[in-house]
Amino acid sequence: MKILVAVKRVIDYNVQVRVKEDGTGVVTDNVKMSTNPPDDNAIEEAVKIKEAGKAKEVVAVTIGEDKAQETVRKALAVGADKGIHVKVDGIIEPLAVSKILQKIVENEKPDLVFMGKQAIDDDCNQTGQMLAALLNWPQATFASKIEVKDKSLEVTREVDEGLETIETNIPSIVTCDLRLNEPRYASLPNIMKAKKKPLEQINASDLGIDTKPRIEQIKVEEPPKRKAGIKVASVAELVQKLKNEAKVI
Amino acid sequence: MSREVMEYDVVIVGGGPSGLSTAIKLKQLNPDINVCLLEKASEIGAHILSGNVFETRALDELFPNWKELNAPIKTKVTNEKFLFLGKTKSLSWPTWLLPKVQHNKNNYIISLANLCRWLAEQAEALGIEIFPGFPASEVLYNEDGSVKGVATQDMGLDKEGNKKDSYESGMELHAKVTVFAEGCRGHLGKTLIKKFELDKNKCPQQYGIGFKEIWEIKEEKHQEGLVMHTAGWPLDNKTYGGSFLYHAENKQVFLGYVIGLDYQNPYLSPFDEFQRFKTHPSIKSILEGGKRISYGARALIEGGLQSLPRMYMPGALLVGCDAGTLNMPKIKGSHTAMKSGIIAAEAINYHFKDKDDLSIYEKLFKESWVYKELHEARNVKPSFSWGLILGIIFTGIDQILFRGKLPFTLNHKHADHKTLKPAKEMPKIDYPKPDNILTFDKTSSVYLTGTNHADNQPVHLKLKDKNLPINYTLEKFDEPAQRYCPVGVYEVQTENNIKKFVINSQNCIHCKTCDIKEPSQNITWVTPEGGGGPKYGNM
Repeated sequence: MKILVAVKRVIDYNVQVRVKEDGTGVVTDNVKMSTNPPDDNAIEEAVKIKEAGKAKEVVAVTIGEDKAQETVRKALAVGADKGIHVKVDGIIEPLAVSKILQKIVENEKPDLVFMGKQAIDDDCNQTGQMLAALLNWPQATFASKIEVKDKSLEVTREVDEGLETIETNIPSIVTCDLRLNEPRYASLPNIMKAKKKPLEQINASDLGIDTKPRIEQIKVEEPPKRKAGIKVASVAELVQKLKNEAKVI
Repeated sequence: MSREVMEYDVVIVGGGPSGLSTAIKLKQLNPDINVCLLEKASEIGAHILSGNVFETRALDELFPNWKELNAPIKTKVTNEKFLFLGKTKSLSWPTWLLPKVQHNKNNYIISLANLCRWLAEQAEALGIEIFPGFPASEVLYNEDGSVKGVATQDMGLDKEGNKKDSYESGMELHAKVTVFAEGCRGHLGKTLIKKFELDKNKCPQQYGIGFKEIWEIKEEKHQEGLVMHTAGWPLDNKTYGGSFLYHAENKQVFLGYVIGLDYQNPYLSPFDEFQRFKTHPSIKSILEGGKRISYGARALIEGGLQSLPRMYMPGALLVGCDAGTLNMPKIKGSHTAMKSGIIAAEAINYHFKDKDDLSIYEKLFKESWVYKELHEARNVKPSFSWGLILGIIFTGIDQILFRGKLPFTLNHKHADHKTLKPAKEMPKIDYPKPDNILTFDKTSSVYLTGTNHADNQPVHLKLKDKNLPINYTLEKFDEPAQRYCPVGVYEVQTENNIKKFVINSQNCIHCKTCDIKEPSQNITWVTPEGGGGPKYGNM
């Protein structure tokens, strides 16, 4: 069995994101970038399945500018066998990503495609679902547990009501939740070895896919600042303020 | 337990200006030398914080074509100001009356973090292996006592030091020569200086704490290329320090404050002095209507030549501020750090080629312009132990009339941790509350540094005696760690009438001030798990 894992390069989750003054986006120059956190879970799970002898090969793919290769190298350092970097500059939307991934799936012929449930930069939560539709494959989203069976997967999903367990046929798409596992560290020797693993580079334009955004972004702005809290002297004052000022009771 | 071992010709600890320059120069001298560089930050530049007005002298030597290579050095200094601040007034000091070392013609306003990122790209192109996210946590020695290399930190330990499921053992990196380039108060450099008695017959090292904020200010107030320094308010005559304000590109100003860590009053809070400084009319007027976008702090070296330890030992060298090459009156350390790295690389090359002893490093250093510079600068900082006014008068005579060539050398008398006076002898300082527009508290400031340490890992700020903070330091000095730490790592909390010393190590921005200033030297900074600490952008 072969598992394809899609990873995305995003602004590191510790960085305080700053909106550009002209409202055209957020500042990314000289900002620390990392792999989208749930994508790390996706890689970890694929590598674990391989280590358990249930998969033969793990291929990591990323789509983006040159520096996005770092995310593939990191995936290779924690156990992926091969990397693919599809080069695109500028913003690309989930539909274009899904179409590129569809092409990669046609070329690589994986049995499973894993990815994070959503990226922490645009929070779209669409790519996995769109890819499933394009390929006409079953999908299991928000996976917090994956069990590989003979020709199917048993997937536990994080849903609003609690946990839902479903079974899907292979091939299928799985989008991964942060609770799925604890990603391992990339050790120094493995980072060194990862530098020697194959990394294929493809231009998105060579795949014949139009990556032009379909959504026009009008403005990006910061959320309004929260006002500082106040201390009230008594319960009566609290009730009075909730009633008359906040108008919530 | 045996760890994996990798062998290199040269291992460099630290990816700042000195370490990167060493690596690059080595490869330029001999491409066959294999070089590995370790960096504790998650990426090169993420732990770099500096003013910075940059003198290109060392970079000119390393990459004469740095302009063509598109180095991030763009904003030439076009104008300079020096202000003496009173409480509300300010006196502009004519720049022709400033010592020559403080003139910045031909210098550039840069982000040192961005310069380091660029240097790292050049280094990788030359075939240097750079590993960010891997702190060197331990020096390894050969049987004959010489330095054998370093080991990286174990990863995946819990609070108590037990192995978690994700545990990864550290790795040993062995080298013919190991170069320590950790910056000011490197935690391995510190142990080497002690072990090899490198500071024998030298003055105690002197330190400062430097703060920096980046502000985006109103266009009409921005004068790209303007460099401004101040002395005076809010510090008293006895406390050494001053500010910088550099107008960089993109309507940004780099605003900072440096305070000598030889201050005496345990109630002094360097962070709050910096915040208060911004309320001075001549500073406030520049910042008004602007927005603070970055914050950070880092200890720096102030001791100069008198405190510079021997920089070589069997199997290893110290470069940059791991030794202490900053030029204090010049308010610059990047060019001297880079030059020390270049000289170290030349020394290592001789050592490999002609079997010269590593002491050749010191010989080459003494023959270089960096030594001459530090020699001329040597008397400035110690003269300020007589107070600001006498310090300025002496510095005028020493630097303007004699150009640093007076036939004597003033000494530094005390290590910084010995200068605090008991709290009961000193006045309390009442700092104004932050307004969250111009002035801020530590909590909202640390948020801007992007600092994080994986939770459930051993505390990396070690107490030699766990009870000392409450039983002694609180009583005698009102526990100054609460104030000298720029991000509020240390707190004294009271629970059921029992006082408790709390260490919020996840907030630590690796500035090393506690390791320096703790009056009993009770706090030791060790490396946390790799990649932890701040994530500075263009600091």
